[in-house]
Amino acid sequence: MSDTTISQGWFTSLANPTRFLALSGRILPYLATAAVLSLVVGLYMSFAAPEDYQQGITVRIMFIHVPAAWLAMMCYSVMAVASLGTLVWRHPLADVAAKTALPIGAAFTFLSLLTGSLWGRPMWGTWWVWDARLTSVFVLFLMYLGLMALHKAMDDPARAARPAAVLTLVGFVNIPIIKFSVDWWNTLHQPASVIRMDGPTIHPTMLYPLLVMAIAYTLIFFTLHLMAMRNEIWRRRVQTMRRQAAQSIGGGAST
Amino acid sequence: MMALLRRDLAIATRSGGAAMLGVLFFLAVVAVIPFGIGPDLNLLARIGPAILWIGALLASLLGLDRLFQADREDGSLDMLVMQDWVTLVLTVFVKSLAHWLATGLPLVLAAPLLGLLMNMSATATGAVMLTLLVGTPAISFIGAVGAAVAVVLPRGGLLVSILILPLAIPILIFGVSAAYAAVTDPDPFLPPFMILSAIALFFAALGPVAAAAALRGASD
Repeated sequence: MSDTTISQGWFTSLANPTRFLALSGRILPYLATAAVLSLVVGLYMSFAAPEDYQQGITVRIMFIHVPAAWLAMMCYSVMAVASLGTLVWRHPLADVAAKTALPIGAAFTFLSLLTGSLWGRPMWGTWWVWDARLTSVFVLFLMYLGLMALHKAMDDPARAARPAAVLTLVGFVNIPIIKFSVDWWNTLHQPASVIRMDGPTIHPTMLYPLLVMAIAYTLIFFTLHLMAMRNEIWRRRVQTMRRQAAQSIGGGAST
Repeated sequence: MMALLRRDLAIATRSGGAAMLGVLFFLAVVAVIPFGIGPDLNLLARIGPAILWIGALLASLLGLDRLFQADREDGSLDMLVMQDWVTLVLTVFVKSLAHWLATGLPLVLAAPLLGLLMNMSATATGAVMLTLLVGTPAISFIGAVGAAVAVVLPRGGLLVSILILPLAIPILIFGVSAAYAAVTDPDPFLPPFMILSAIALFFAALGPVAAAAALRGASD
C-alpha cells in the first residue's frame, strides 16, 4: 500500500481537502486580482472597439454575451469532469466541485440568454425564437436548475453525490448539441465565427476585446468556483461537527 | 430475465392498474386541448400530431417514479442492486422494457382513437403511431435514469419529470417533425425518423447503464 501513497502526484495530493483549502487560500487573492484587472481591461477594450457597420452599438452586447455562453458550456464540462471524479475515484472534493459549479453555471447561462434576448430584440425584431441554438441553451439552463433541485431535495450531501454525477454525465450529451447546433440546423443564430477550423472570421478589432473578455470571464469563474468550494467544504465540516456534538450530547444524556 | 419481465408486467397490469392510469391521463390531456383552444376541426387537425406527442410524453413521464419505487418499498431493490454489474444493467434494461410495455405501448395503441377525435387524416395518425412506437421506448429508457436518481427521495415524482423533460426534448422534436413530414408533402419523412430511431437506440444503450450506476450510488 505504501507504493500508492508514494506514486501520488501533486494533483492527487490536491484532492486532500485540507491541502486544497490551504493552497486555494494562497491562490485566491492573485486569481481575484487577475480577474478584476482583466475584466476592467476587457470592458475598456469592448467600449473602445469600433461599432459594427450593420449592428451599430448593439454589437457591444456580444462582448458580454459570447463569453457568457462559452462559460456556460465550460462550466458544465467542468461539472462533467468532476462527476467522473465522483463516480470513478469517489472523492468528496469532486462532488464539492460539481455541486458548487451549478449555481455559477446557471448564472452564466442565464446571462447569455438574457443578453442574447436583449440583442435579439433590435436585431431580429423579437425577444425569443425557438431555433436550435437558443432552445438547446435553454435546455442547458433547465438542466442546471433540475440538478440544483436534486441537490436541494437530498438532505445528505454524500448521498446526492453519485446520482447527481450520473445525471450530469447523461446531460453532457447536450453540450456538443449546443456547440454544433448552428452547423447541423439552419438557424437564425449566426454560426461560429471564433472557434473554427479555418481560423476566426471576426475582425481583429473585435476579436481581441472578445478574447480578453473570455479570459476575464474564465478567471471570474475559477475565482468564484474556488470560493464556493471553500465555503462548501467549511459548511460540510460545520455540519459534521454539529452532528458529532449532537451525538455526544445525546450519548451523554442516555448514560 | 423473462421471469422479471413477466413479474413487472403482472404488477403493472393487475395491482392498481398503473398501465391503465397512464392511458387515462393521456386521454384526459388530449381531451382538455379542444376546451382550451376551441373546437376548430381544421386547427385541431393541424396541431393534432403535436398534441398527441405532448400528451404521450407527459403520460409516460407520469408513471416513471414508480419504476423503482415499488421495489424499494418491498426491499427487492436491494437484492437487484447486489447482483454483479452486467446483470444489474440487464435488469434495469428489462425493467425499463416492462415499464414501456405496460405504459408506453397502450399509449401507442390509444393514439388512433385520439387521432380520430383530433380530426387527423389516416396518414397523420399512422405516422404518429409509428413515431410514438419508436419514441416512447426512448422516454422509458432515459426516464429510468431519472427514476433511479430520485429513488431515495420520499416524493420524487415531480423531480423525475423536471430532470427528464430536458433530456426528452430531442425525442419530442424529432418525433413531431417526423410525424409532420409524413403529412406535409415536400419534407422527407425518413431523415427525422432515422434520427428519432438513433436517439431511441442511443438511450436504450445509455439509460440502463446510467440508471444502474445511480442505483448503486444511491444504495451505498
